[in-house]
Amino acid sequence: MALVPVLALIAGQFLPAYPLRILDMILLYAILGLGLNIIVGYAGLLDLGYVAFYAIGAYSWALLASGQFDIHLPFALVLLIGASLAGLAGILLGIPVLRLRGDYLAIVTLGFGEIIRVLMNNLDGVTNGPQGIARIDEAHLFGWTLSTPHDFLYLLVALLVVVFLFVWRIQESALGTALSAVREDQDAARGCGIDTTRVKLVAFAFSAFVGGGCGVVFASMQRFVSPESFTFWESLIIVLVIVIGGLGNPFGALLGATLLILIPELLRAYADYRLLLYGMALVIIILARPRGIISRAFGPSWLMRRLGGGKC
Amino acid sequence: MGALILQQTINALTVGSIYALIALGYTMVYGVLRLINFAHSELFTAGAFIGLALAGALGIAGHPTGGLLVGLITFVLVGLAGVSVEIVAYRPLRGTSRLAPMLSALGMAVVIQNAVMLIGGRRPMIYPSFLPSGVIDVFGAVVSYKQITIFLVAVVLMIGLELFVNRTNLGVRIRAVAENAETASLVGINPNMAISLIFFIGPGLGAVAGILYSSFYGVATFTMGFVIGMKAFTAAILGGIGSIPGAVLGGFLLGAIETFGTAWMPVLTGGVIGTEYRDIFAFSVLVLILLFRPAGLLGEHVSEETRVYKSDF
Repeated sequence: MALVPVLALIAGQFLPAYPLRILDMILLYAILGLGLNIIVGYAGLLDLGYVAFYAIGAYSWALLASGQFDIHLPFALVLLIGASLAGLAGILLGIPVLRLRGDYLAIVTLGFGEIIRVLMNNLDGVTNGPQGIARIDEAHLFGWTLSTPHDFLYLLVALLVVVFLFVWRIQESALGTALSAVREDQDAARGCGIDTTRVKLVAFAFSAFVGGGCGVVFASMQRFVSPESFTFWESLIIVLVIVIGGLGNPFGALLGATLLILIPELLRAYADYRLLLYGMALVIIILARPRGIISRAFGPSWLMRRLGGGKC
Repeated sequence: MGALILQQTINALTVGSIYALIALGYTMVYGVLRLINFAHSELFTAGAFIGLALAGALGIAGHPTGGLLVGLITFVLVGLAGVSVEIVAYRPLRGTSRLAPMLSALGMAVVIQNAVMLIGGRRPMIYPSFLPSGVIDVFGAVVSYKQITIFLVAVVLMIGLELFVNRTNLGVRIRAVAENAETASLVGINPNMAISLIFFIGPGLGAVAGILYSSFYGVATFTMGFVIGMKAFTAAILGGIGSIPGAVLGGFLLGAIETFGTAWMPVLTGGVIGTEYRDIFAFSVLVLILLFRPAGLLGEHVSEETRVYKSDF
């Protein structure tokens, strides 16, 4: 794991702007994948509206740091606000749904993603409708200006490390154990005294929190947001990142993001077939390796054991 | 005022018929496999496009009698597609986990939607109406023959399904498998046969709904299944998922809520909430049912957890 940020930073030293931007996108999707993995990989619940939380984060930055309402808050604060708003939305959405059958979550989150998009499109007075919000502020973090893909590389690597450690620690914590119990057999989990609703809700909120944070970073990278960027396909790609990489494995998100961002760049000429191929890949991978390319067992804890250090 | 309400009721019945026809496919699959068949909404779209292609090929575009033939052929073709989807993408995953078949269904939805796009084109297609044209005036409300036909076709299909499931030998088998696949196989029923039958009828009905929908609005786009599918699934939950009469009731009810909601909201809120929020009604309904009556209107009161959380495919 330690190699990935180091490699990314070294690559950042000599890569030109365009590949660097792709590298940034890979890192961003890896972080999104890590976040979504909490609910899909660990709790085993399908969230098809992850983009809604991403959008909430992005619009937080767009509204709180632009000429739209002439509010200009600092980046670190908005990062916290955006992520928290998304987490709160996750809790509010999760309360009616998560105490029920888990598979309803898929359709409710699908609807929620659509609603957020309809709202962004129609609340013209707030979000500027389909035109989106342009001329968003440059991000400043503790006196450091984030403007080039190079600057964002550092930020994203730092965030990736933080989120990775966070997700890994969740996995190894009592919450992680409870989540895998809920995933494998909810009745048995309840029999062991696990408050299944609360566990699922906490996982959902954490997941949304990470998604919101990514949204803030995305908006500060693009310095432009519009509802176009937050369609269902975006949610689908993030689901694919973890399904292809490996469900419930933080390394899987890294691998999945790399494959899913890099392959379309290589196949630009076949843009029309991209989604068709994605769909087929999803079905084939699920049929052949229902748990993704890297299996759940080969996670960071396994690596630590192999290297002879660390606990677990 | 009276005429306005009557008009909205008729519009609601039209939309409701279509929702109900699609909801039947969702509810039957969910009742047996506990699977949200994401590919269903795309088979609805595929139905509309296949209908269009057939009409062109047979040279009977825009003719009501030809429409019947087109509807029948489309039903069979899309039904067979549904059966193939189940055999290829869902059957190998039976008994693995809850998540795997859902992801596979999602993948199939993407594949079908993009196949429709690559064959049928990105742009919205002008759709010939297979329904009789003309309008009649009923107590001040304008009712088109299209609307009457849609309603009648839907009702005939629903009665047919109800009779099939309750009065025929095959129907008994389907109900037995839905009740408990293992026990059904003990008494000599092949669950795979019953499941294939469900995946034939459900998408077939969805495909007919696709033709009706596109004939009514005069347009077909490759993305149209997404939102309609979501609403139809909401209708299935509203009526009580797994219940066939529930899906019908849910479809009509959702049609009514949406039509009246869209019509009255701008009036009630002084124009703040306009008709552009139409798609939000279904979602609000969904969250409200989940809060207050998770089993749906006609759903059975069973322990939610045990029925679904065990991998009891």
